[in-house]
Amino acid sequence: MLKFIGKRLLQLIPTLFFVSVLIFSLQQLLPGDPALVMAGEERDPQVIEQIRKQYRLDQPLPLQYVYWVKGVFSGNLGESMRVKEPVLKLILEKLPVTMQLASMAIVIALTIGISAGVIAAVKKDTVWDYGANIFALWGLSTPNFWLGIMLIFLFSVQLGWLPASGYVRLKDNWEASLASTIMPAFVLGNAIAAVLMRHTRSAMLQVLESDYVRTARAKGLLERRIIVKHALRNALTPVITLGALEFGTLLSGAVLTEQIFTIPGFGKLIVDAVFNRDYAVVQGVVLVTATMFIVLNLLADVAYHLVNPRLRP
Amino acid sequence: MADTAQALPLTERMAVESPARRAWRRLLRRKGAVFGLCVLGVFVVFAVLAPLIAPYDPIVQSWSAVRKPPSFLHIFGTDDVGRDVFSRVVYGTRASLFAGVISVSIAVSVGVPLGLTAGYRGGLIDALVSRMTDAMLACPFIILAIALAAFLGPSLGNAMIAIGITTTPIFVRLTRGQAMQVKVEEYIEAARAVGNPRWRIALVHILPNIFPAILVQATLSIATAIIAEAALSFLGLGQQPPQPSWGSMLDSAQRFLTTAPWMAVWPGLAIFLSVLSFNLIGDGLRDALDPRSR
Amino acid sequence: MKTFKIAVAAALLSLAAATAQAQTTLRIGLAEDPDILDPTLARTYVGRIVFASICDKLFDIDEHLAVVPQLALSHETSADGKAVTIKLRPNVTFQDGEKFDAEAAKYSLERHMTMTGSFRKPELAAVDHVEVVDPLTIKLVLKEPFAPLISQLTDRAGMMVSPKAAKAEGDKFGLHPVCAGPYKFVERVAQDRIVVEKYAGYWNAKNVFIDRIVYLPIVDATVRLASLKSGSLDLIERLLATDIKAVRADKNLVLASALELGYQSMNINVGNGDAAKTPLGQSAKVREALSLAIDRKALTQVVFNGEFVPGNQWISPEHPYYQKDFPVQGRDLAKAKELLKEAGVTGRLSVDFMVPSGAELHAVAEVIQAMAAEAGIDMKIRVTEFATSLKQAEAGQYQAYMLAWSGRTDPDGNLYSFYKCKAPLNYPGYCNPEVDKLLDQSRIPSDPAARKAIYAKITKILLTDDSILYLYHRRILIAHTAKLQGYKQMPDGLVRVVGLKFK
Repeated sequence: MLKFIGKRLLQLIPTLFFVSVLIFSLQQLLPGDPALVMAGEERDPQVIEQIRKQYRLDQPLPLQYVYWVKGVFSGNLGESMRVKEPVLKLILEKLPVTMQLASMAIVIALTIGISAGVIAAVKKDTVWDYGANIFALWGLSTPNFWLGIMLIFLFSVQLGWLPASGYVRLKDNWEASLASTIMPAFVLGNAIAAVLMRHTRSAMLQVLESDYVRTARAKGLLERRIIVKHALRNALTPVITLGALEFGTLLSGAVLTEQIFTIPGFGKLIVDAVFNRDYAVVQGVVLVTATMFIVLNLLADVAYHLVNPRLRP
Repeated sequence: MADTAQALPLTERMAVESPARRAWRRLLRRKGAVFGLCVLGVFVVFAVLAPLIAPYDPIVQSWSAVRKPPSFLHIFGTDDVGRDVFSRVVYGTRASLFAGVISVSIAVSVGVPLGLTAGYRGGLIDALVSRMTDAMLACPFIILAIALAAFLGPSLGNAMIAIGITTTPIFVRLTRGQAMQVKVEEYIEAARAVGNPRWRIALVHILPNIFPAILVQATLSIATAIIAEAALSFLGLGQQPPQPSWGSMLDSAQRFLTTAPWMAVWPGLAIFLSVLSFNLIGDGLRDALDPRSR
Repeated sequence: MKTFKIAVAAALLSLAAATAQAQTTLRIGLAEDPDILDPTLARTYVGRIVFASICDKLFDIDEHLAVVPQLALSHETSADGKAVTIKLRPNVTFQDGEKFDAEAAKYSLERHMTMTGSFRKPELAAVDHVEVVDPLTIKLVLKEPFAPLISQLTDRAGMMVSPKAAKAEGDKFGLHPVCAGPYKFVERVAQDRIVVEKYAGYWNAKNVFIDRIVYLPIVDATVRLASLKSGSLDLIERLLATDIKAVRADKNLVLASALELGYQSMNINVGNGDAAKTPLGQSAKVREALSLAIDRKALTQVVFNGEFVPGNQWISPEHPYYQKDFPVQGRDLAKAKELLKEAGVTGRLSVDFMVPSGAELHAVAEVIQAMAAEAGIDMKIRVTEFATSLKQAEAGQYQAYMLAWSGRTDPDGNLYSFYKCKAPLNYPGYCNPEVDKLLDQSRIPSDPAARKAIYAKITKILLTDDSILYLYHRRILIAHTAKLQGYKQMPDGLVRVVGLKFK
């Protein structure tokens, strides 16, 4: 087991290297000059040259990459050209926001997904199965930016129940904070619910048709007890690990959803930085989220292998 | 002479049926998949016969009929420069379906060979490909797509390439996993023992066996590709105006949500239905092709 | 009975105390997140809106674009135009308690002129040095006469910063700006909020009634309006023209608007690289044909419900410097086709039309495309993401390019950098030595009538050469809750906060 973990941790290094190269070169290859974007309407050639020098934009690409990596190892992820704040500070500011959104989304996804999956498996091939399938699928099939706008229109403008935009920090006012994040969390969670539902359903089906459940039924145990105590517990394992993976994806920030609901998380930070060519921000954030994603992947894998003795290496 | 296959008793008939036919039959048994196929059929008809179905030219503007609600003249209403929304949804089918199919084709044609090589050959190639795939999967998909689309230049074609490239890792990983599972099977060992070269084994023995899994994933990926195209067009990086695409229609509809909701409802519904149908078909295929399910 | 009276009195007193202590907060929705809050380094339009509450300037403008005192009381230009004497307001302090005097003013101006990365350098390029005449008077000595100087001092170049804070923070001053405006900076969370609170020592504190202001960037215009409607915001900027009807119909909302100082134009590549070597780029007749094919009134009607104003010059028809001898022309399809024929264009003319991202701009481009097509010109729309479009515009990789300019108080700000040979904003690559001479001349006289006469000559040439086709002028559209009183919109788009109170 330890060897397995060790091997995977070692694999982290080349993967992160590729991530850094990928995101660095992609950004720099983007047409457009960050100095020009920074200058906006004030185009003095001298000032633009100064900006280029200050951020080493006039140096050859490989050298810029080396500077950046050197900085990363000493804990300096660079500075945002636009607001002149250190990237690390921005990341630490946004991380709790994205964490909150991702956690709420995954809770919603697990709730909807698992219940729908259980119902679909237990009542297989009936209208319940079909209905649960559609119910979970609709979240996956609706473009989340469209769903978001529709929800704002309904709940904020027409009904006035929830705020249309903005984010309240959890420690400031937990009720307002929940109110401000419930809609985007729902939009995000909906999409994942379908994936979780599918897996719950197939895992449940496998277990329900297995020998030992047949034995339990033969012993005369209540059907409900069988479902909850035996089947569900076994079926949940792959689903939970999948949930962890999806959580990792959510951490990289739901770009469009955050844009529409004006939640100041990673997604918004990244997309604005891409359009503003704020290189340091994009590189720093992607590196951090990629690391989190890979580590979560590893934890999920380990958990899966631990729980499923057949797969233990 | 009666068809010999039909004349046989049931058990024997099942034995001579080709696997493809059996899969198709099982697919049709799932109501969801049938619904999905029907809806998809409608969209394909829209795409192919657009000039015959659309009552108006999707590009022609009419400045006196700006943002008119649905009526007999315009069953879906008109948009912000007076174009017929129904005609634009019909023509937009081409862009969206095309985007979905082409981008996944790119992903499959690049991803499957890569995954096959990595899974079957193993070793250094596998390590390299796997790490690069992991790296791509760790980066937020939408950021890669935006960066690629901006880099290539805004157009529907380039959006398709961008989505295709960002979808490739999924197929690499899937194919690799499947290839690794299959390569330890006995019939592969037998083929090797008889002296088949590796490439022949990969093509003739491994690939057909993992094909079902790839097909299922491809169908599901088309669904995500359609949404990705909508997202890119929404951000201005996809289909160029005045050509219609459901995503760019949503972009122009956004600021009229309260004053002209029909501009957003119909393209949104179209995206929803097309993505839903691909998802249903994919799910059905998975059940139909899985040898373990009844 | 006595205890009862005391109890009531106590209750009333605490109620009064409570209401007196209840803080009033004004929540303003911005269309983007501002960049760095340092007047020397800032370059965004939204940033200026936040500065309106934090940093006072030497002068300000009123709704007629006349210069009025703010931190300075008066200005006087010498006869040769090379020295400007400015008298400062007494008893003004910065938000950290430092005194505002001639030394502080000199420091601020020199910071704008010399600091690394300062975007104010070109604005104050005409200033040679600043002299302190006495503790409340400074003299700006110019290299050559420069009439637009005072207008520059009504914007960021005239913003005064606390020398103590600026010296201590250097280029990180923008993270905690300290100026002399009505509100002092409290905190900023990037992309989330900017919070400022009333500065008790403000020179005009008796006219400041609201305790706190929170600026919230909300990019989506629909969501911004939804937030205002649902009560999460009190004021929003950049309302969409198509939402005006909804705001007017809502009893709880008020619309404040003013015609902008800027414009929306189509730049034609006439001399910037190879893309200029087209019939459109080489022949003024073709450009005029394109201009005549566009029905500006119908354009603003279709896309903006008729709320915006058609234009044909770099200043709006309501601007005092507008040349009435050159009115906005209506559509003339016949003349357009004739001009094309005269220019020798056979068959349809294809034009590479670069359009920056933005749904409204796309709609404008599509309408123009439809209009031009009727005259035989095929505009091929190429939607380009903002950063890329800047680069391509500079490099001349376009034939026609949609460009909007936010506008400056002085018409020179809308003209000089766009038409002077090799000027930074001269994307079309236009170069006419006679225009250059006239542009330099127009900066000298301080008499508006004399300047207007020179502008008349410039206008004639530029409207014949048609390297920039002006389309329309937008309205600054601000919507706020009816509970907010005292708000008046100025043409520069700033949200001025002095005098505002809640009902």
